Amino acid sequence: MEFFLISTLNGISYGLLLFMLSSGLTIIFSMMGVLNFAHASFYMIGAYFAYQISTVIGFWPALVIAPLLVGVIGMMIERHGLRSVHKYGHVAELLFTFGLAYLIEETIHLIWGRSSVEYRVPPSLDGAAFTLFTTEYPLYRVFMMAASVFMLISIYLTLTRSRIGLVIQASLTHPQTVEALGHNVPRVFMLVFGGGSALAGLAGVIGGNAFVTEPGMAAAVGPIVFVIVVVGGMGSLAGAFIASLLIGVLQTFSVALDYSFIDLAARLGIAIGPDAPFAALWKLTISQTAPVLPYLLMVLMLIFRPKGIMGTREG
Amino acid sequence: MKHQTISTAVELKAVTKSFGNTAIIRGVDLAVARGERHAMIGPNGAGKSTLFNLISGRYPVSGGDILVNGESVAGLMPFEINRKGLSRSFQVTNIFQRMSVFENIRCAVLWSLGYKYSFWHRLGGLKDANLRAEEVMESIGLKRRRDTLAGVLSYAEQRALEIGVTIAGGAEVILLDEPTAGMSRSETADAVELIRKVSQDKTLIMVEHDMGVVFNLADRISVLVYGEIIACDVPENIRGNKAVQEAYLGTEAH
Amino acid sequence: MAKLKYTPFNLGRWLVWGGTALVMILLPFVFTEGFTLTLMSQIGIGVIFALSYNMLLGQGGMLSFGHAVYSGLGAYFSVHALNLMAKGSFVFPVTLLPLVGGAAGLVFGVVFGYVTTKKSGTTFAMISLGIGEMVFACSLMFPGFFGGEGGITTNRVIGQPFLGISYGPAIQVYYLIVAWTLACMAAMFAWTQTPLGRMANAVRDNPERAEFVGYDTHMVRFLTLLISSFFAGIAGGLNCINYEIVTAENVGALRSAGVLMATFIGGAGFFFGPIIGSIVFFIMVIAVGAMTKAWAFYLGLLFLLIVLYAPGGFASLIVMHLPVLKARLMHRLWLPYAAALATGAVLLAGLVSVVEMTYHYSLESKTAPEMTLFGFAFNVTDTLPWAVAIGLLVGGFVISRFAWKTVGRAWGDVVHVVQRQSA
Repeated sequence: MEFFLISTLNGISYGLLLFMLSSGLTIIFSMMGVLNFAHASFYMIGAYFAYQISTVIGFWPALVIAPLLVGVIGMMIERHGLRSVHKYGHVAELLFTFGLAYLIEETIHLIWGRSSVEYRVPPSLDGAAFTLFTTEYPLYRVFMMAASVFMLISIYLTLTRSRIGLVIQASLTHPQTVEALGHNVPRVFMLVFGGGSALAGLAGVIGGNAFVTEPGMAAAVGPIVFVIVVVGGMGSLAGAFIASLLIGVLQTFSVALDYSFIDLAARLGIAIGPDAPFAALWKLTISQTAPVLPYLLMVLMLIFRPKGIMGTREG
Repeated sequence: MKHQTISTAVELKAVTKSFGNTAIIRGVDLAVARGERHAMIGPNGAGKSTLFNLISGRYPVSGGDILVNGESVAGLMPFEINRKGLSRSFQVTNIFQRMSVFENIRCAVLWSLGYKYSFWHRLGGLKDANLRAEEVMESIGLKRRRDTLAGVLSYAEQRALEIGVTIAGGAEVILLDEPTAGMSRSETADAVELIRKVSQDKTLIMVEHDMGVVFNLADRISVLVYGEIIACDVPENIRGNKAVQEAYLGTEAH
Repeated sequence: MAKLKYTPFNLGRWLVWGGTALVMILLPFVFTEGFTLTLMSQIGIGVIFALSYNMLLGQGGMLSFGHAVYSGLGAYFSVHALNLMAKGSFVFPVTLLPLVGGAAGLVFGVVFGYVTTKKSGTTFAMISLGIGEMVFACSLMFPGFFGGEGGITTNRVIGQPFLGISYGPAIQVYYLIVAWTLACMAAMFAWTQTPLGRMANAVRDNPERAEFVGYDTHMVRFLTLLISSFFAGIAGGLNCINYEIVTAENVGALRSAGVLMATFIGGAGFFFGPIIGSIVFFIMVIAVGAMTKAWAFYLGLLFLLIVLYAPGGFASLIVMHLPVLKARLMHRLWLPYAAALATGAVLLAGLVSVVEMTYHYSLESKTAPEMTLFGFAFNVTDTLPWAVAIGLLVGGFVISRFAWKTVGRAWGDVVHVVQRQSA
């Protein structure tokens, strides 16, 4: 019971972090038609900036400054890079963001080296929030969830209640019409791209010290975010939300479960020996298969329900 | 072959089509006889292109049935319908921009000649495919533009190529969507002769706005207004039909 | 009549193919160092891999981020086959081992390809990424087949030498690779001249029109992927022979990224593009890699520059000069090019300086701050070297822009003249 609750809470906090990433990606995709391969790279940059800033000034300033810096970088990239590739089509845009992701990782190698950096949870947030049965639940995880929820609610309110939000929503589906109405749509695109990058950067600030901050973190979480977007349905925020929580919980649970098919069979009274056909498959524990599960989910979704959970727009 | 014994080439039975809550086609019944040249006219937004898209499988029907040579094709993929002997052209030129005129037409004949997904035949050595492509190219008058990339052809040449690609596979039923749109008088006259030639012994269904073309070519005319056929008859009767005059032709037919 | 029309064209083709084969065969006699033999062997395998990738990208319009799955699994099946052959349980000539890789690639092309080719464009790319990650994740789950962290090793010298060929010496492996590369190049080129190859182009350019001339676009893409994965598997089999070890890296994301970059840098729009790309790629990775730790950074930068400014790759840059050569107007471009080269050299010097110094600073500023660059020795902690480096970078950038403007103007004039001549 305790394990179940703790894992669920952990899964939800991880899932909310994933949603911070996948929501930005979905909005950028819906509006500009480009799937930003470098989105997870902005997550990584946010973490590294936060590390650097927090060693000089502190965590709380870093929480504000780092995402803003990442947002500015995102806007510059949209303005000077993405915009020029736009005329060559979606494949070229995808290739540009792919090259960007590669280059960003190499730049991180350049500046901070290849091993992880000591980006730690600040002492003020390091401790127990409450005790669940026998385990102390970390305060930082609660902070993560609170920060994610706060950020997402403010974005939701901005999109639905403010004027710029209205323009953005309209540009999501009808950019040419919005431009014909006199709005500076290229500037809207730049702001949205910057905003999405800043959101990814914020996720990096929050997640980088809970998990590890190293040059491979973008390549580790990037494909998962794409899986979320495909499973949720390309272009659907609600679908991305459901898929994020689903995969967050799935990964958290599966990593902790050490049962294999053989164990299950043993409980039912069936013995499967080491010489049985496909023994290598049966003796795999769930925790060993954990890395594969999100991708398996994606492949199954593509076979049985290609448009995703709540898909609206075709890739 | 089966279809030789069936006299109706294309039949629409109570066909309806809605996009979301908007009904575009509100119940169309139509029977086009084999060998007939049938024109479809009507005001903009009446649903003529939508009807073409339904017959050729680009969109699925919301209700009703469509038969080609007696076989139901509703719900089939476009390539399946094409393999049953129906081919269509597009209102907005839809060809292979990066291939030459010759290559465009050769692509259109490959399946009908049975080459399918072959990766063991050398294209240059396919005598029947190359010969047929040359013939079609000759008949549409683009022989001197044989190796020109389709993307750089003039508008009228592209429209001619569009027709060429449509008929190259030897389909029995040909759908032409506004084939003379945007053409000058002389270009239209040439196009009409081309259409007459290629639709010899075939069934032709044509969407057109140019009344001169329509009354010149068609054996029968259907008038589509707000997703329904309000008249379907020989040209003289259509010309004199009161309802048609009110809805579309005006008091003076030209 | 038609035959006569094609003959001169064919003669040119024979010359090109014959010439290429001759160059590949004679190369070891020109470059005799061991390390160049290794490089050329790797390039040969890379050419097969990149050409197979371009069947998807350039011919079929399908961008894949997971092509290493097919070559890697081909390598794994080859290495297991080779080990079985050494034990005597499987009788098969080593020379034909790449066919085992090809067969494995083909089988997995069927398994993964049917579902992935249902979609196109961005979705296809994402699916390919997911499958690549999935297979890579599996590699740690099944140590029996994948060999865990250490991979599977083998020995390519098994049984008795046949006609003196044991594949022990590297030169013998090189010629084996040459033979396979020539065969695969010819086969893949021939494919582009078949109905399926041409319809792959048609589906790439206008899938809707292809459907309306009777072709199932899914089937066309699927079959294209099958043939592509077959050749990728052959490349994998050759890798197994060449390195005598196969690890999870063979199916990893980095290898998939590498072939993508090599193909695109070379130029996806021309058959010989990936060949150029493989040569450039391996020179960057191996030759530049021997000189500096920052080779991957330079590679990424090169790739981005190609995407932004020359999306047709090096091949397109070469081909665009052909009409200029024919019109004998090259002399108009020499001076602007020289200016661009000179200013570019300054910019490059600045860039390399900043990058190398940053690397050195972040790695060894505390322990060994001395370094040498372009023959100059200095401390990476002093400010002067940094000032010089940044000055070169910024200054080089500014003067390069001027030089490029003159290049643009010269090209504008040349294009004008060429168009007038052909009108």
